[in-house]
Amino acid sequence: MSAAVKDHVQNLATGEVAVQMVGVHKWYGEFHVLKDINLTVHHGERIVICGPSGSGKSTLIRCINRLEEHQKGQIVVQGTELTNDLKQIDAIRREVGMVFQQFNLFPHLTVLENCCLALIWVRKMPRKDAEEIAMKYLTRVRIPEQALKYPGQLSGGQQQRVAIARSLCMNPKVMLFDEPTSALDPEMIKEVLDVMIGLAEDGMTMLCVTHEMGFAQKVANRVIFMDLGEIVEQNTPTEFFNNPQSDRTKLFLSQILRH
Amino acid sequence: MSIATVSFEPKPSLPPPVATAGLLGWLRANLFSSWLNAAFTLATLYLLWRVLPPIFDWMIAEAVWVGDKTEECKNADETRKGGACWIYVRARVSGFMYGLYPYDLRWRVDLAGAVALALMVPVFIKAMPYRAIYGLAAILLVPALASLLFYGWYDFPPNVPEAQTHPWRVVETAKWGGLSLTLLIAWVGIGASLPIGVVLALGRRSKMPIVSALCVGFIELWRGVPLITVMFMSSVMLPLFLPEGVTFDKLLRALIGVTLFSAAYLAEVVRGGLQAIPRGQFEAASALGLSYPKSMALIVLPQALKIVIPGIVNSFIGLFKDTTLVAIIGMYDFLGAVALGNADPKWLGYAVEGYVFAALFYFVFCFSMSRYSLALERKLNTGHKR
Repeated sequence: MSAAVKDHVQNLATGEVAVQMVGVHKWYGEFHVLKDINLTVHHGERIVICGPSGSGKSTLIRCINRLEEHQKGQIVVQGTELTNDLKQIDAIRREVGMVFQQFNLFPHLTVLENCCLALIWVRKMPRKDAEEIAMKYLTRVRIPEQALKYPGQLSGGQQQRVAIARSLCMNPKVMLFDEPTSALDPEMIKEVLDVMIGLAEDGMTMLCVTHEMGFAQKVANRVIFMDLGEIVEQNTPTEFFNNPQSDRTKLFLSQILRH
Repeated sequence: MSIATVSFEPKPSLPPPVATAGLLGWLRANLFSSWLNAAFTLATLYLLWRVLPPIFDWMIAEAVWVGDKTEECKNADETRKGGACWIYVRARVSGFMYGLYPYDLRWRVDLAGAVALALMVPVFIKAMPYRAIYGLAAILLVPALASLLFYGWYDFPPNVPEAQTHPWRVVETAKWGGLSLTLLIAWVGIGASLPIGVVLALGRRSKMPIVSALCVGFIELWRGVPLITVMFMSSVMLPLFLPEGVTFDKLLRALIGVTLFSAAYLAEVVRGGLQAIPRGQFEAASALGLSYPKSMALIVLPQALKIVIPGIVNSFIGLFKDTTLVAIIGMYDFLGAVALGNADPKWLGYAVEGYVFAALFYFVFCFSMSRYSLALERKLNTGHKR
């Protein structure tokens, strides 16, 4: 671990731990997709995870809310350990928001209903209150006027912003972003990144799998580079981009920064 | 000619292309676009010209519409070319509707029909709040209410005079019949088989091997036998397996058979819909903290069922027509009642009229279902194409 990261961790040592992964392994059949992952995320930390495709970065964050099951090791989220206990899984999912590459909005519901759904059915909130909260977050992602439309009527960027608002409605303590801009047309990437930067400025704990290196440089406290299921290197963005340690990191950076 | 004096004379407009609009254009484009097409058109026209007029004559022009006695059709047969004898249908229509149900109690069937209509009307009113929930309740409530009205509740011993006269005396299910029986069976079958089918479809996709194996076994068993076999089993074989003294109603057994049979087909239709829903939908629901039943009920099933509306309605139409197979076990549904009427000694020889009437009736019902499903698909379209 580099000195910069040590300092950073020292600074955060007083803060509470949001996510802790200790010795996490996962296999898809014979394929060893996560190898001995150790990761501690403190509250308010913004972490960008990058790496070549198939390196296990999506799987890593999907383990945090149990969309994927880890087979060895320990994952503790907000003080609750992930086990097979469905109640604990649900408790963790209520605290952890997730934004997907393909948005995964519910196409049969309006934008407003998409946002209210979990408030009403998980938080047991009256519809009126839920709609108020939903409108608050739709305003925050700057599309309150689309509330009554269906997702199919929105552009990709708008849909992804709705997806972010939908997660925020549940007031999550941690947000997971799984390549949130990879399915977007280039001109729509900025509007989504702007929303994410706004979130970061408000102190949201974020784990982002992304190839947007500009975003990483701007908002991340720490960049994690994964390859072949391992965390190869983690560092502050400045150090990571200017002074990569491992050869694999250097190769990866040379490939994505070439143009 | 100097440049200054050049003037641009617009050329006259071209005439419109030869008849691409209007009736002629349509005819040209659709019926006479090539020699082969034209030949087929003419052949078809000739065929229609040969077939339609006799049908029209038989059904309408030469048919006997007024009167109430069989003689009037017989006389007409001698003077005219012999059209349909619709007065036969009119004379027997009550039998078609009620089968062997006692004459003096048919108002109870009418009442059940009126209640069903009254309960279903709000389902089709757009302003009705919670329309879907209300509709589900109505679908479940109507068969129970109707069965109660059909059956009655005072069970007299046969030697008491009330056993013949009391307005609420019990009518055994063997006496139920006609269109009212057809509608009852179809209603119960449709209302009960869809939820069972959905559960079977979800079970078949379950990760738990025993649940999934049970569902697969159930579905394949019921899909693997003809409905006639199911009917026979339920009426002839099942009583042999039941312990001594245990009986349960023949109609009930038939209903269970029809329902489970249809549920097995619906399960596969619904499974097709479930497979069309991307995994991400379920993942997004899970990530929001929705439990499995809630994500299924709120996210996955509404979308899956919407996709398979055509298949579901297809199964329902099949079920509606398959109700005629209760004739196998000696129940007189609509078609059975028509067949029964054809054997009426007063009206021998008019079976064709009876069956044509039955065919029209089935067509009207099935076609309405089909149109309703199309309207429903349009209504549920939210502009999301995948």
